[in-house]
Amino acid sequence: MSEATRLSHGKVRPGLIVTWTVLFIGGLIMVSPLAFMFSTSLKTADQIYDLRLIPAAPTLANYIAVLADGRFMRWFFNSTLIAVIVTVSNCFFDSLVGYTLAKFEFRGRYFIFLAILSTLMIPTEMLVIPWYLMSSQLGWLDSYWGIMFPGMMTAFGTFLMKQFFETVPNDFIEAARVDGLNEFQIWWKVALPLVTPALSALAIFTFLGNWTAFFWPLIVTTSKELYTLPVGLSSFAVEQSIQWEMIMTGAAIATLPTLLVFLVLQRYIVRGVMLAGLKG
Amino acid sequence: MRKATLFAGLVAGFSTFAFNAAQAVEIEYWQYVFDTRVKAMDQLITEFQKANPGITVKQVTFPYADYQTRVIAANMAGNGPDVMQLFYGWLDKFVAGGLLAPLPKDAFPHAKIESDFFPIVKAMKRGDDYYGLPTAVRSLALFYNKKLFTEAGLDPNSPPKTLDEYVAAAQKIAKRDASGNLLVEGSTLDMGGQDHQWWREVLIRQFGGVPYTDNDQKVAYNSEAGVKALKFYTSLQLEKKIGAAGFMDEGQAAFRGGKAGMTIDGTFRLGAFKSIKDFEWGVTELPANAQGVRSNYASYFANGISAKAKGEELEASKKFLAYITSPAAMDIWLKTVGELPALRSAALTEANLKDPIYAPFLKGLEYAHTTLFMDEQAQRQNAIDMTNRVLLQGQSVEDSIKQAAAAEQEIIDAAKP
Amino acid sequence: MAAIEQQGAASGRPGGSPGTSFGDRFSMRTRRLVWVWSFLALPILFYAIIRFYPTFQAFYLSFTNWDLLRPAKFIGFANYIKLFKDPQFWKVFKNTFTYLIVGTPISLVVAFTIAFFLDRVRFMHSFIRALYFLPFLTTAAAMAWVWRWFYQPPPIGIINDVFGMLGIPQQPFIRSTDQALFSIMVTAIWAGLGFQIIIFMAGLRAIPGTFYEAARIDGLGEWAILRKITLPLLKPTTVFLVVFSSIGFLRIFDQVYNMTTNDPGGPLGSTKPLVLMIYQTAFNSYAMGYAAAQTVVLFTILLIVSLLQLWILREKK
Repeated sequence: MSEATRLSHGKVRPGLIVTWTVLFIGGLIMVSPLAFMFSTSLKTADQIYDLRLIPAAPTLANYIAVLADGRFMRWFFNSTLIAVIVTVSNCFFDSLVGYTLAKFEFRGRYFIFLAILSTLMIPTEMLVIPWYLMSSQLGWLDSYWGIMFPGMMTAFGTFLMKQFFETVPNDFIEAARVDGLNEFQIWWKVALPLVTPALSALAIFTFLGNWTAFFWPLIVTTSKELYTLPVGLSSFAVEQSIQWEMIMTGAAIATLPTLLVFLVLQRYIVRGVMLAGLKG
Repeated sequence: MRKATLFAGLVAGFSTFAFNAAQAVEIEYWQYVFDTRVKAMDQLITEFQKANPGITVKQVTFPYADYQTRVIAANMAGNGPDVMQLFYGWLDKFVAGGLLAPLPKDAFPHAKIESDFFPIVKAMKRGDDYYGLPTAVRSLALFYNKKLFTEAGLDPNSPPKTLDEYVAAAQKIAKRDASGNLLVEGSTLDMGGQDHQWWREVLIRQFGGVPYTDNDQKVAYNSEAGVKALKFYTSLQLEKKIGAAGFMDEGQAAFRGGKAGMTIDGTFRLGAFKSIKDFEWGVTELPANAQGVRSNYASYFANGISAKAKGEELEASKKFLAYITSPAAMDIWLKTVGELPALRSAALTEANLKDPIYAPFLKGLEYAHTTLFMDEQAQRQNAIDMTNRVLLQGQSVEDSIKQAAAAEQEIIDAAKP
Repeated sequence: MAAIEQQGAASGRPGGSPGTSFGDRFSMRTRRLVWVWSFLALPILFYAIIRFYPTFQAFYLSFTNWDLLRPAKFIGFANYIKLFKDPQFWKVFKNTFTYLIVGTPISLVVAFTIAFFLDRVRFMHSFIRALYFLPFLTTAAAMAWVWRWFYQPPPIGIINDVFGMLGIPQQPFIRSTDQALFSIMVTAIWAGLGFQIIIFMAGLRAIPGTFYEAARIDGLGEWAILRKITLPLLKPTTVFLVVFSSIGFLRIFDQVYNMTTNDPGGPLGSTKPLVLMIYQTAFNSYAMGYAAAQTVVLFTILLIVSLLQLWILREKK
């Protein structure tokens, strides 16, 4: 409806051309840090003072040097592993809890919902000191579990999923009960497939959040083998004595995966962000 | 046949067990993870066990950032090392926390410690007791870029010996473009690097003062000497224009990138600078003042004996500590890690003194001072801020010194255990 | 809500005697309850141990002098008194609010403007949208280093090199006590802009076209439509974004940490936000009790800011 309106009024006027041009230039400025990052990662040390975007003699030598020492591979693996596990955990538990709170009636439901929702108000920063204490007492410091445990479930995800499960008609669930499915099967086979857009939005947010997470991994990891990509990159950059072409290569490696995924899944990601943003 | 083998096995097993039970003492040595240090220690342990068959030493390592916490936590839990490595600056905390035992005077007589080790070992003394001894030490020196020296018409084989020569050389090397932007620094200015140590333990003394009194518990640089030292340091950028703080982001990055004629840095930077391929560099002692007064800043990791080591374990720990602070151990450490021996006799050998790289650092050790930091990070930050107030905000040197002295006294008082 | 609780209470009462048909109904309910609590068991444990217990512990620790070395000792409000007397804290407090008060309006106005116009553009729409959105997908810790490089003085800093070519005087950026905070703020705005644009566009699309048609029939101009229709109807979106962005600025850390590694939060503490102070107090000085007090202050600030904004934006409706 609104689309049609816009089209009927949207004849190409000179104003629109100006708008388009300004937006386009603005967009180029937005991506210029990324462009220069990639461009410099393809330059040798003595070329970095040369400001040309397209390197005079592009080389993959920096990538080979950075990847050859093995640490980046390891950090890449760590980040991927952690982000995947935490994402799976969130998709499972947040939607299970969201479903339970949306579709079952039981004593304490409202209380549990409010309790979970209230944790949204507690900033991570307040919890890190107790988490650190807990981790050191339980031997979780410097372990994958130590990095992952705080994010295994989130109130945001639970709230988002609950909102969406509420739109699933009760008839579907009742029908499944009549068919003899148990409650877990109903959630898994009937309800969950109906909210895949929300689930994928949750997955995108959780993955991105954990992939780029810095504060807690910085605190909980101490050995290089367990660093995540952002923490590893930060320590690498300091250690590299500010060799910009190497730092840019590291930054490019940390950035490339999410950008590539976006280029492939642009439509879904934008829709997911809109969904989560509007309902969340 | 099978029975016989089984029997032999049993006997062998039993005898090793009996032997262990009767003779072996196992002690734990803790240090932080750093590849070459761990390797050097493995080698030392092998040598030590060969000489002392009844003692086994188990090396336990933790990441640097976690190390202090681990030692403290283990102590609270009642286990932990028998012999441990610690940064000299942590001593007060470790002594106050009851982690360390004073070194037994029978095995480590004070007179011998004081005559054999470099004077900076005093930083391990509290009251009448020593609490640890270093294997290796670190000091500062002036690194210089021979290529830039030659380009500026300076002799690449006679680096500056005095502060005046240092300034003159730096002014010749510094290059700017038409609009005044710095292209090459004469010398790096980076208070966040080693310059704060240079200012604190070297420049202040060269201008006739002392940075602290009362075992470094009382700030004393709010004095004429302190003001002169900071004036000299800030004038390098503001008047003599030999460099700029923040150029190339970090001083050592500028030097490494061939964009700085000189830089003051420590032994620990040798590894990074050895990978430089574009130019040849040299090392010389830190410049003296006009009267020939020199000073240096040295630091080290020491080895101490845990307060929980008793009886047999204490005896074994004493032997082990004596070994890892012996000339033979220091030689292995120098070769593997590249850090300077802490004993005069092991450091000042003819070969070391002829070495163009080690010699300037070693000479510095003779007159080096060690700051007894209470909170190294905060005290360093304080020096950075003091300089920035002058460089960035135009505060007068006198006011900035006064403010810094008051702030640092507060940091020291707050950190007292 | 009360009704639901009533229902919940009724259905929650487990039946006693199975066997009768009446009992079957109850046992079905009981079975369902078993399902419910088995679904919730692990999550309840998680929220209790990983969220609530640490929250109370943080409050408790803020009243102790715990420093990892000695066992924690209760010292009352000493940490808070020390904090409020510390000029560094007030500087950090000011910095944190500068990030918030300057950063949030600027980023929202820019995001709305771009979203408003981008919404009308059809030609290469998704490509241009992608240009704006890409920075949102980057890792802040990584991009902080890219920006740090951009801000360098010549000969390596790109921005200063471009300024040189255009004849604009060189700027010190992160080496200046006046510019550093804003230089870092720009990078945070840059990274968050794409998200805000997308959300604004979603909000704009959700406004029914009939509203606009009616307005045009009434003879309202573009500006009047924007003021009287678009902005009021966009209020829920705006509220969400204001809260989201404010919280982001109040918790800024990654950028500052990585752009100022050789003088954390500097120069002269001019860029240091509260979270960096917390980090340094806790994990560099090991003053855990004091750091816990700082986290409680952060928590209070976040709570007040979120509630205040919700209240203000609701009031005007």
